[in-house]
Amino acid sequence: MSKKIFVSGDEAVAEAVRLAKPHVISAYPITPQTVAVERISDFVEDGTLKAEYLHVESEHSAMSAAMGAAAVGARTFTATSSQGLLYMSEVLPYVSGARFPIVMMNANRTLATPWALLSDHRDSLSQLDSGWIQVYCEDAQETLDMILQAYRISEDPRVMAPMMVNLDGFVLTHTYEMVELPAQAEVDAFLPAYTTINRMDLDDPKTVCYAAMNDYMEFHMKQELDMRKVPSVIEEVDRLYGDKFGRYYDGMVEQYLCDDAEVVLVTLGSVTGTARVVVDAMRKEGHKVGLVKLRYMRPFPREEILDIASRVRAIGVLDKDISVGYEGIVFTNVNSTVADLETSPGRINFIGGLGGRNISKENTRGMFNELLELARGEKKEKIQFVNARCEYHG
Amino acid sequence: MADKLVTNARDLTNSEYFYGHRACAGCGGSLALRLAMKVLGPRTFVAIPANCMSAVSFLHPQISFSTNSMISPFAATGAVLSGIEAGARALGMKDYHVVGFAGDGGTADIGIQALSGAIDRGDRIIYVCYDNEAYMNTGIQKSGLTPYGSSTTTSPAGRNLPGATRMKKNMFEIVAAHDIAYAATASIGYPEDYLRKISKAAQCASTSYIHVLAPCSTGWGFPIEKTVEMGKEAVDCGLWYLAEFENGEFRLNRKPREFSSLEDYLKKQARFRHLTDKDMDVIKGNRDRKWKKIQDQWTV
Ligand SMILES: Cc1ncc(C[n+]2csc(CCOP(=O)(O)OP(=O)(O)O)c2C)c(N)n1
Ligand code: SF4
Ligand SMILES: [Mg+2]
Repeated sequence: MSKKIFVSGDEAVAEAVRLAKPHVISAYPITPQTVAVERISDFVEDGTLKAEYLHVESEHSAMSAAMGAAAVGARTFTATSSQGLLYMSEVLPYVSGARFPIVMMNANRTLATPWALLSDHRDSLSQLDSGWIQVYCEDAQETLDMILQAYRISEDPRVMAPMMVNLDGFVLTHTYEMVELPAQAEVDAFLPAYTTINRMDLDDPKTVCYAAMNDYMEFHMKQELDMRKVPSVIEEVDRLYGDKFGRYYDGMVEQYLCDDAEVVLVTLGSVTGTARVVVDAMRKEGHKVGLVKLRYMRPFPREEILDIASRVRAIGVLDKDISVGYEGIVFTNVNSTVADLETSPGRINFIGGLGGRNISKENTRGMFNELLELARGEKKEKIQFVNARCEYHG
Repeated sequence: MADKLVTNARDLTNSEYFYGHRACAGCGGSLALRLAMKVLGPRTFVAIPANCMSAVSFLHPQISFSTNSMISPFAATGAVLSGIEAGARALGMKDYHVVGFAGDGGTADIGIQALSGAIDRGDRIIYVCYDNEAYMNTGIQKSGLTPYGSSTTTSPAGRNLPGATRMKKNMFEIVAAHDIAYAATASIGYPEDYLRKISKAAQCASTSYIHVLAPCSTGWGFPIEKTVEMGKEAVDCGLWYLAEFENGEFRLNRKPREFSSLEDYLKKQARFRHLTDKDMDVIKGNRDRKWKKIQDQWTV
């Protein structure tokens, strides 16, 4: 039987990890990920999670140790945030190239300098090209569910790719919610023991990470071709999970009131909750607005974005990040997909939430208003900062 | 599996676990790996970071290890070894070794943090540093273990500098300061001593560290048939030493009655050929200070 528990996002991660039963956990503390690894340590101490917990001396070593463990066929978990994610970034392509299904929690937090603790998406989006699957969660329940789904997706022999489960620092990691905790037996049925031939084996010795000069290109073509099939596995696992536990997340993208929408806003992570409330309010006032919750950034939901973009008159992308010298990273991704259409809708890139700057309902309403005016033919600036304290001229 | 100590060639298997690699003729590092693998045997997991040995042995599809093996990130040998060991332990594997072979740069510079972490955890892994005294794979650049007076591509000897201006970092004692269960220095010039130390490490229930001097004909500039001789002379002239650290005690394994000629050893190598008498005095002074400390503080 599942039960309801009142936990923070970090604690929800820890509960999910206990249910997934990894063999090896290696992690290095960083705010706001710490509570997750502290709870996991409690579970290892009290024996409710039978795993090796490695106290490593850095994030680079956290990921490297997870890689060593994955290389003998162990199920592994690690967790980080912000500077920690960048500190381990050298090892991310090692892991994805070696096709090890490591699952990692990333508490989204901004990057120095200036130093700041609060959440934006600059950390994880800087690692889009590392070969990792990336999912972004809206609340603690979704985070718990996605940790469990992550193992099922990553370890699928058709996939064999590592997965980063992102949740916004503090907004999710440190906020308490009622969360439904699935029963262990149900999870065991959903998530079978991990077996693979991609491992070092005493009875059948192998080399698992090696150099390839002449066939390097083919290795990565294979990786890309496999990654293209991942969206269908994600949909499949989403259905399976929903059938078993009653919660469906619509796979790659959740469309909220998009069927007849004239304009839509694309969001990532917890800010989606605010946007949902605003969409409800504006719908009541008769505005045809919709919300696109981008769940996965890699693989990128190309089909879904094309379908949506072909139906609407304007599309806004809310980026909690910026690629300095260009535009928001999510916007770049959406834009290049939309460019495949013969006639594309109007587009605005809203940059907000940097360093945890609040994005209020009023701010969100403002974004929808800009999009509605653009749809009516008014001229709009392509890149707009949201809730900034200074003037700017694009 | 080494259940009795291997102390000479008679104890050694004829099986090869590291062969067909592309190392230069006269490579001391590849000899260190080959001998260690003969002691450790087929049930061994190997991790090697970026260095000459991984470069010459991991080129798909011609892999030079017949055992389980992988490349580790340059800085992370200690962590990858820990991960392998933790995974194998968690999966209930029995009767195996986990060994890493990192160069001097991969150990004393970029990999020192991960090595320190691994020793601190006490994971049952064997860490072998094969020391060729420079970053050889990238073209003979100075590392933290390049000795005073060595001309490298980033510490070129010239009118103003004698080559490298610092002494070798004291890795053996840095490792020992962790209160490691077993650490030893060795040289491929004294293979029996080296074999015995590898097999002691293999029997160790916790982390062990072997620092083996591995002359490099290409980087040091000596004839390819002189590798073992160079490894022997380095010890005989007192610039390297054979020692162990066990139960918190340092022990010297070989005490030369008198040192062989330091000048002879240095002048045989292109990297030292430019040294002046003054430089020789600096090197001699450093050597003698080191040996005084050994005499005073270690079991000799
Ligand atoms: C993070 C990183 N920095 C630098 C390098 C380049 N690099 C590859 S091998 C090597 C030299 C290794 O020197 P050492 O550890 O002494 O081993 P050797 O090549 O001498 O056997 C260097 C600097 C790398 N591969 N990765
Ligand atoms: S450069 Fe030196 S260490 Fe590297 S393979 Fe050649 S001889 Fe061996
Ligand atoms: Mg070297």
